[in-house]
Amino acid sequence: MQAQLARAVSRLGATVFGPIAGLGLGLAIPTLLASPALAFLAFVSNEKGNSVSVVDTDKMETVATIPTGQRPRGIAVSRDGKFVYVALGDDDTIQVIDTATFKSAGDLPSGPDPEQFALDPSGKTLYVANENDAMVTIIDVDGRLALGQVSVGVEPEGMSVSPDSKTLVCTSETTSMAHFIDTRTHEVVGNLLLGSRPRFSAFKSDGSELWATSEVGGELAIIDPATRTLKAKVRFEIPGLRSEMIQPVGVNLTRDGKLGFVSLGPANRVAVVDGVTHAVIKYLLVGQRVWHGDFSPDEKYLVVANGVSNDVSVIDVASQKVVKSIQVGELPWGVAFAPN
Amino acid sequence: MRGFALALLWLGLAAFSGAKAGFAEDLTEIRIGYIRAAASKVRLSLMDVPADNDGIAGAQLAIDDNNTTGRFVKQHYALIDKTARRDDDIAEAVGALADAGAAFIVVDVDADGVLKAAEAAKPRGLIILNVGATDDRLREEDCRSEVLHIAPTQSMLADGLAQYLVWKKWRKWLLVVGSHDGDKLFADALRRSAKRFGAKIVEEREFKDTGGARRTDSGIVEIQRQMPVLTQSAPDYDVLVAADESEVFAGYLPYRTWDPRPVAGSAGLVPTTWDAAFDQWGAVQLQSRFVRSFHRFMTPLDMQAWSAARLVGEAAARTNSADPAKLIAFVKSPDFSLAAFKGQKLTLRDWNLQLRQPILLFDGRNTVSVSPQEGFLHQSSELDTLGVDRPETKCKLN
Repeated sequence: MQAQLARAVSRLGATVFGPIAGLGLGLAIPTLLASPALAFLAFVSNEKGNSVSVVDTDKMETVATIPTGQRPRGIAVSRDGKFVYVALGDDDTIQVIDTATFKSAGDLPSGPDPEQFALDPSGKTLYVANENDAMVTIIDVDGRLALGQVSVGVEPEGMSVSPDSKTLVCTSETTSMAHFIDTRTHEVVGNLLLGSRPRFSAFKSDGSELWATSEVGGELAIIDPATRTLKAKVRFEIPGLRSEMIQPVGVNLTRDGKLGFVSLGPANRVAVVDGVTHAVIKYLLVGQRVWHGDFSPDEKYLVVANGVSNDVSVIDVASQKVVKSIQVGELPWGVAFAPN
Repeated sequence: MRGFALALLWLGLAAFSGAKAGFAEDLTEIRIGYIRAAASKVRLSLMDVPADNDGIAGAQLAIDDNNTTGRFVKQHYALIDKTARRDDDIAEAVGALADAGAAFIVVDVDADGVLKAAEAAKPRGLIILNVGATDDRLREEDCRSEVLHIAPTQSMLADGLAQYLVWKKWRKWLLVVGSHDGDKLFADALRRSAKRFGAKIVEEREFKDTGGARRTDSGIVEIQRQMPVLTQSAPDYDVLVAADESEVFAGYLPYRTWDPRPVAGSAGLVPTTWDAAFDQWGAVQLQSRFVRSFHRFMTPLDMQAWSAARLVGEAAARTNSADPAKLIAFVKSPDFSLAAFKGQKLTLRDWNLQLRQPILLFDGRNTVSVSPQEGFLHQSSELDTLGVDRPETKCKLN
């Protein structure tokens, strides 16, 4: 951690004006804030490093490291770009980070052991999975209040909200289901059995499909959210790799719904899947144990976190090629871009 | 496409609360029996003395987990517990559980007891899930088509340990073996592993069990002198490997060997299926559910019983059936996998019905490693580098 911070600092060189407080806390980066609007910033949660790395995709480097509480994983940026929310599993809270100062700006009452969460399209409501309690906690972001809880299956984790805000989908790992929750009544209105240990789901931007990965089952389910039925199942085969090593986790779909990128965990690859035919187009070699990723706001790049190799891979979306690996903190987990 | 059809079985229930209310109708009840022997509680360390509900607590937690899923798929699970004081009581216990409607029976008994349970289960079409006996013979010459083995074998445990020791380049072993049959079987497995992975047993010694209590008020005075003597004048070695399934001496070896050497096997670095310290791959969730329910730490036996009852729940939910014949066909098929916090799916060896699983290595406080180790390759599953593999098997299922 110290060594990494020192490296990050030396790279920053003269641009760092802020105090590097004794124990590696609080980097203030004034020059960054003056950088042109096109410089997109990705915030990367480092599960072991207890930090968020800030990656500039113009400079293709880590430009700052923000210390956090214990075990940061799920990460998202507020719709207005002012705050980063990061789930701190071992601190039982969601930390709020101010994107202008890179300093902590309080926290949200997430309930115990938050890992993944989803913001609704308005950015006003946040839904968190509480893995230990088989619960989903609903949070009013502005009021920083818990609005209620919903009982779901054992070990809920993946969370996504439909583009029309009406449905929350929560996947539970041990129950192996997607639970469909009405966001108005907070009631479970449907359940769909998935492959073993479902980990994550994502809606197409037009709401026509929900893609859900099963880490142990090794597959991607394409679900029709209207009928809550399975439309297709995508399996991944990589020559020379045992099926046990292919563990789909994160999913990122382009806004036009034409391409899906599925992170395959210890297979060290991201599968590119045709959004229409659902055929696997190719596999991109990335770092070790790839978890989750996010697109830059212009969708030029997809940045994915490699959980064992301490870096992120930058994928050029148009050419479907990995163009860069950037070192971040220890055991990176999630990525969220600021919109600007 | 079979998997696809299977997953199409989409089970929409009304709201969660509605599902709870409308329970009574068309609910499939799946009963799992549990037979345990009145096992010895003698252990070297007071910390290792098993709780009264060791094992069955894990099964109970899996039942609870199954029922959470069951609420959504119209299945309800129940656990029925039977104690068999002697092996001769086992057939009767199987009969009683069958009469009570259990089609799946988890057994935590010794190897002969497992065979007795299988014999009683066969004519009734029941499935036995062995969670306690690690004897290789139950998966080899004494294998049975109605017995699934959730517990790993001694050879899987020995291979898991050996791969790590070889990876560590601790290839010269001093093997110290207890005088009981179980100790000797584990020693056989360790010798086989050494040969398989290129370690060398530089010398073997026996620790003869002459009886005596594990708990004495000033025992450490004697032990402190005994263990160095047991291990003195050994040829040059890297690691002492102990085979002491009977809990007689191995726990006394660390820090007391004549030469300063690490200890592995039945003490020190121990190969097993679970430890209260295990926190990888989402295991923390299971650990905390367990502690919250039972107010104690989860043991390897608890984990084996959890896996057994979860295996039944997984198969029943996926096939939407409670029919043992259907379930066993499903768990043997390539569509079956069990998620058990081991970093990869667990599947069944179709040639002897042994659950494939990584072997975890602990030092008593922390996770040291998980085998198979990197670089031990296999043509079909790296998990099959652990234990007796298909080409070597003596098992003929009928």
